[in-house]
Amino acid sequence: MKLFPVIAGAFLVALASSASAETLTIATVNNGDMILMQKLTDDFTTANPDIQLQWVTMEENVLRQKVTTDIATKGGQYDVLTIGTYEVPIWTKQGWLVPLDNLGADYDVDDLLPAIRGGLSMDGKLYAAPFYGESSMVMYRKDLMEKAGLTMPDAPTWDFIRQAADAMTDRAAGINGVCLRGKAGWGENMAFLTAMSNSFGARWFDETWTPQFDQPEWKDTLSFYVDMMKADGPEGSSSNGFNENLALFQQGKCGMWIDATVAASFVTGKDSTVADKVGFALAPDKGLGKRGNWLWAWSLAVPAGSQKVEAAEKFIAWATSKHYAELVASKEGWANVPPGTRTSLYANPNYQAAAPFAKMTLDSINSADPTHPTVKPVPYVGVQFVAIPEFAGIGMTVGQLFSAALAGQSSVDDALKQAQDVTMREMQKAGYL
Amino acid sequence: MARAATTQRKIVVTTAAWIVGLLIFFPILWTILTSFKTEGDAIAFPPSLFPPHWTLENYFEVQSRSDYFRHFVNSVVISIGSTVLALLIAVPAAWAMAFSPTPKTRDIMMWMLSTKMMPAVGVLVPIYLIFRTLGLLDNVWGLMVILMLMNLPIVVWMLYTYFKEIPVDILEAARMDGATLGKELVYVLVPMAVPGIASTMLLNVILAWNEAFWTLNLTAARAAPLTAFIASYSSPEGLFWAKLSAASTLAIAPILVLGWISQKQLVRGLTFGAVK
Amino acid sequence: MATRQTKALARAMMAPSIIVLFVWMIVPLVLTLWFSFQRYNLNYPERSGFVWFRNYYFFLTDPAFLQAIGNTLILVVGVLVITVVGGILLALLLDQPIWGQGIVRLLVIAPFFVMPTVSALVWKNMMMHPQYGIFAWISKTLGLPTVAWLTDYPLASVIIITAWEWLPFAALILLTALQSLDEDQKEASEMDGANFVNRFIYIILPHLARAITVVILIETIFLLSVFAEIYVTTQGGPGYSSTNLPFLVYVQALLNYDVGGASAGGMVAVVLANIVAIFLIRIVGRNLDA
Repeated sequence: MKLFPVIAGAFLVALASSASAETLTIATVNNGDMILMQKLTDDFTTANPDIQLQWVTMEENVLRQKVTTDIATKGGQYDVLTIGTYEVPIWTKQGWLVPLDNLGADYDVDDLLPAIRGGLSMDGKLYAAPFYGESSMVMYRKDLMEKAGLTMPDAPTWDFIRQAADAMTDRAAGINGVCLRGKAGWGENMAFLTAMSNSFGARWFDETWTPQFDQPEWKDTLSFYVDMMKADGPEGSSSNGFNENLALFQQGKCGMWIDATVAASFVTGKDSTVADKVGFALAPDKGLGKRGNWLWAWSLAVPAGSQKVEAAEKFIAWATSKHYAELVASKEGWANVPPGTRTSLYANPNYQAAAPFAKMTLDSINSADPTHPTVKPVPYVGVQFVAIPEFAGIGMTVGQLFSAALAGQSSVDDALKQAQDVTMREMQKAGYL
Repeated sequence: MARAATTQRKIVVTTAAWIVGLLIFFPILWTILTSFKTEGDAIAFPPSLFPPHWTLENYFEVQSRSDYFRHFVNSVVISIGSTVLALLIAVPAAWAMAFSPTPKTRDIMMWMLSTKMMPAVGVLVPIYLIFRTLGLLDNVWGLMVILMLMNLPIVVWMLYTYFKEIPVDILEAARMDGATLGKELVYVLVPMAVPGIASTMLLNVILAWNEAFWTLNLTAARAAPLTAFIASYSSPEGLFWAKLSAASTLAIAPILVLGWISQKQLVRGLTFGAVK
Repeated sequence: MATRQTKALARAMMAPSIIVLFVWMIVPLVLTLWFSFQRYNLNYPERSGFVWFRNYYFFLTDPAFLQAIGNTLILVVGVLVITVVGGILLALLLDQPIWGQGIVRLLVIAPFFVMPTVSALVWKNMMMHPQYGIFAWISKTLGLPTVAWLTDYPLASVIIITAWEWLPFAALILLTALQSLDEDQKEASEMDGANFVNRFIYIILPHLARAITVVILIETIFLLSVFAEIYVTTQGGPGYSSTNLPFLVYVQALLNYDVGGASAGGMVAVVLANIVAIFLIRIVGRNLDA
């Protein structure tokens, strides 16, 4: 019976809806940089005592489905949303986001990297402020490269990558020449493969929105990927995403890894056994004028219809400001500052000294062009995705098909044919064709 | 002779039972042990059963990042609240079905069960729209109602099978004594039915505690229970298995302890009329 | 007189749960039915209209549809077989006199209390992971090639995880049933010199029939809608190899945000679930004389 007061108390606590000053509910992803932001909450609330912050931190996929359901049904559960470069153009077009006009005098919008800013703006107005930005690049083991008698150029070709992967693979020592994403998902293997296909001259759709998986460029892309992974990739690679490859690389089991630029600080960080042996290069190309690197920015936005726009903008200005970068630097060191959003960060000598990968990250971001992502013309924007609402579903399904091809459960030709059929169907269903 | 054989047999059976028991329990044990490892040790290969360096760091980290207590309280409130609501509705219904059965009783029962087979994800948007209109999003009351509805069929069925075992003679005797229906319920039936109600309650609390679709999709911050707490540790950027294990341990510990303590009561009623 | 009064009261007492369930069943059902004929995508609020059976056409002709139905059934049957057979064996074992029976029983029932999301995460990361999992370590120790469980045997992996969650439930119910078997009956048969197999087939199994029916019925209800285990581990892949019906509906609902398509899928799933339910009730429900 002693339990009763406890339970009754618990009920009261839970049922009493707190109606204090102004509480911002912030939906965000459970990536390291955001968790750090959550921990630094006090810096914001001290400066703004009338605003309280309430964090909803979730893994990416769960967060995306909750936030999208909420904004599309005008549920109004969140005041600040963390969304990617995929959602911003789609939601802006629907009028679901508030333009960020009042970020304050010292915000310095022009300092934002042009490639990133472009992806988050419409008609010259910024609809989401970048919290951190990333591209992709090659991370490789200098020692293994040397052992193989090769030198990684700053801007390698895919043929060189294949050659190096073959040379570095040493199954007996547990070294895989190359680790790449294989886990299905539009933000997992399809992010990598779509960016890669751009450099092979492939595209998702032609100008009339006809799917292009039946074209030779896609066959080249997928065959190259599957062949290389079979010869030089780790076991069970079709279930490897960013995390798995990161762990493999940190434990010295990968010769090369082509993935997000944010990984650079992890592979050179304290958890890495190979921290002092890592080199960086731009994502590979095929001599067609496009590189296989993507562009992504986790950004903060305010949903239309919010009653707390002013407070939300205050928070966003804080979290994406130069001041925040300095705050993180003072607490955690310059290497842990959220990368890829501001020119000033890359001009900062402290940052350059702390982050050996700074230049390569900046070059990678600057070389990505979301508005002209492919060799041939396309009707869409987005480098490693197609910024149409249907893409999440199609990308997931196609990702599954390509993952099955990597696992050896279907041939490259079958996977491409099924991908073509599925995409065609979905595009017809959605009324593009 | 015979005695030695029995002892020998007991040793063999005991060994077998313990091995099987530990195998089944192993994933949970492994999670608990991993939660005391450092992140590096958690993914070390070959793995070591016991943490080479015991640490509470993961628990501190989890506590500093998310308010465990608030999620815990929400879980408690939602699971108990939905159970109480379900019992309030189900006890009279099951009582009526058990003691005044009609030819349709069984059909009604089966129909109730069939409502449980609707895939939740297919009705998410309609429910979300209804909840938004009623202002029930991110609200513990809304979740209580949804979970009550989810589990009501099972609750009714369990109570029904339990009530049916209560000998009718006793009721008739009470009626002879001139007890009214209300009195019959309060003085005769309820005392006899308490074990059944208790185990139904326990099962329902367990099911509600572990429900991870509605509790995740209809909440944001205020009403979020432990299922949402877990979602902030699953698949982050990087392999943080020790933290995930710590969060998992925290999320399952209360219900595991409750389940273990009340095991006897739970089992007694968890027969669904399977035992005559 | 009394009976009529009783009946009226009985009806009044049944009413709340029936009304509530009826509303719960009918309101979403009607809404879902309505949406299933609509063009309604959350991403395109401006596009709407009545489209007749277009959503059904696209759902039923989905390249994954037939495989999803097959996977749903394999998943249900697979888990049922494992849990019923395993549950009987476990119950027989736990029914013996052993030292520390209470503790063993606690160990065995523990998985039932674990959230499906958590058990899926634990199995995926710590048991079945091809590089760091326990299974990988076992096969390495034995000198066997490591198996990438979730890639090479996706559906089997999901079945294993789900069966692990439901085994305790089956074992508990079967154990309770077993313990209710008359001691006299047991002893008599032992006296007759019936060997274990005979005793099992002629006495124990018939006695357990009712409990087995209950296990099958309850588990089927939950297994038809298995979702978290697939969502966390394989995301329905590779290809469509572990996509079941709820997961297919999920792709429509929360990846495409196609409310019309998801509603059509939901309706199809409800119809199929009811077919299974009728089938179940006809075949095994006889044991369950209400």
